[in-house]
Amino acid sequence: MAVSTLVADTRTPATPATVRRMRRPGSRWELAVLLVPALTLFILFVLVAIGVAVYYSFFDWNGFGPLNHVVGFANYLKALADPVFQGAIWHNVVFAVLSIVIQLPLCLGLALLLNGRLRGRAALRLIAFTPYVVSEAITAVIWLSLLQPDGVVDQVLRAAGLGGLVHDWLADQNLVLYTLFVVITWKYIGFGIILFLAGLQGVPPDLREAAALDGASPWQTTRRVVLPLLGPTVRIWIFLSVIGSLQLFDLVWIMTLGGPAGASTTMATYLVDRGFRRYEFGYGSAVAVVLFLICFAFALVYQRFALRRDTEGALR
Amino acid sequence: MRAPWRYLAALVVVAVTLLPMLFVILGGFRSNAQLNASPAGLPDPWLFDNYIAILTSSNFWLFLVNSAVIAVTATTVTVVLGAMAAYALSRYSFRGREGLYTLFAAGLLFPIGVASLPVYLLLKQLHLLETWYGVALPEAAFSLPVTIIILRPFMAAIPGEIEDAAAVDGATRLGFFWRIMIPLSRPALVTVAVLAFLTSWNGYQLPLLAFTDQAHFTLPLGVATFQSQYSQDTASILAFTALSMLPALVFFVFAERRIVGGLVGSVKG
Repeated sequence: MAVSTLVADTRTPATPATVRRMRRPGSRWELAVLLVPALTLFILFVLVAIGVAVYYSFFDWNGFGPLNHVVGFANYLKALADPVFQGAIWHNVVFAVLSIVIQLPLCLGLALLLNGRLRGRAALRLIAFTPYVVSEAITAVIWLSLLQPDGVVDQVLRAAGLGGLVHDWLADQNLVLYTLFVVITWKYIGFGIILFLAGLQGVPPDLREAAALDGASPWQTTRRVVLPLLGPTVRIWIFLSVIGSLQLFDLVWIMTLGGPAGASTTMATYLVDRGFRRYEFGYGSAVAVVLFLICFAFALVYQRFALRRDTEGALR
Repeated sequence: MRAPWRYLAALVVVAVTLLPMLFVILGGFRSNAQLNASPAGLPDPWLFDNYIAILTSSNFWLFLVNSAVIAVTATTVTVVLGAMAAYALSRYSFRGREGLYTLFAAGLLFPIGVASLPVYLLLKQLHLLETWYGVALPEAAFSLPVTIIILRPFMAAIPGEIEDAAAVDGATRLGFFWRIMIPLSRPALVTVAVLAFLTSWNGYQLPLLAFTDQAHFTLPLGVATFQSQYSQDTASILAFTALSMLPALVFFVFAERRIVGGLVGSVKG
């Protein structure tokens, strides 16, 4: 009996606090020692940063003069009415939708193909994951070199007899967004594949066998048995992917600075361009708050409608 | 799925992943004339000048040290503070505990990519621009949520009998934390340390805003700047890029299990 109480005690720490406190005095002081440093750092740089941004967003301020020109919600209205910012939001949405429509099936398909006995599996895992470990800044510089006019990509296309496909990959306003998307896919697809492979490891083989015995084709087994079991992993991947798409900055900034003519501007590059490079700190803060609210709203809605099913399943 | 298809898929993944990086590394051994004549060719002859020039004269080592100082500081701070907080949040019961945990966890929704301008303005107020800790401390703060989210369940799962035994032997709760909890939590601590290190090492946006003096630049910032300054000298850019990739790749080869396992594990909860 004593053992079970002790185990219960650790699992649900909301148990006889009084007993603990009698046995171990001074817990208030200890809690302060343990929690205050982390809390201070977190409040200062995360919570105060949000607060500062909200505060500045109501001012017209270039960072040097006195902070006394209150403009109310004018910065927000200006941002939402600016066609460049509207374009930026649209580009972020395009990236998010393309990830789900193209990267997700690609990752899933490759993970399904790669699942199973494979010699050199460890090496494959290592290699597929490398672009994820290389920074976005380095990825951007690598692809800037590859995509130069008459560079490697053009040369390879011509050698393959596809010279007609050669374009100004980063200078063509209608193409630049998709070029960037390909680079993003190169960097992040390995992570997706590894994630789904890990998810597939969790699908019990007897389920596949049972489905096969019942006369299901391999495709039917995959479609009706394996993919539904992969649901939680897919939903988390979508969440990370959309949040990542909404914050896209490093790669775009280095490769195009959001250009040409704003054709690849994202919310984050717009934010840095206006708020930081042009010293419009009040306006930039308003844009930062809008960006934060969009991410926050997506997270809440997604949590409510998609992820809730997973947590419910876990509780049941 | 049949084996031949599986191997074909594996081959495609490997080729698409490695060829761009291989081009950069090999390109560093070529001259600009060679690169112009045939961008995708092999070095002929092999030239070592580009690499030697960068390893001997340029700011490469400076950027490397700056990155290392910032990443090590950010990692140390986040792991030490995160472990202390996670211990309190997992092994003590007090009013407001769940609320506090939710507060930290909610930080995940406010990543540094969204926060860069507000953090920059804050650093400006605190006169922390152009300092390495002005970048390392915010990075540590923004790594705290994931650190605590990973560490708390791990610490909560360590059996209470061990704690009671330690108490019988006269250990205080802080002593238990230091002497027993930390060693037992090592796998989880390594995972969060690796994640925090990688995030800081690869960070670009915050250093971009915080540093204007090239002497303070980190490697990602240095690579991007080098690229725009020497845009005509492709061979040097490729050599510089290859050398900048190297530390992360070496780190990755040694910590692969931790990185992949940690990321996949933390994502899957």
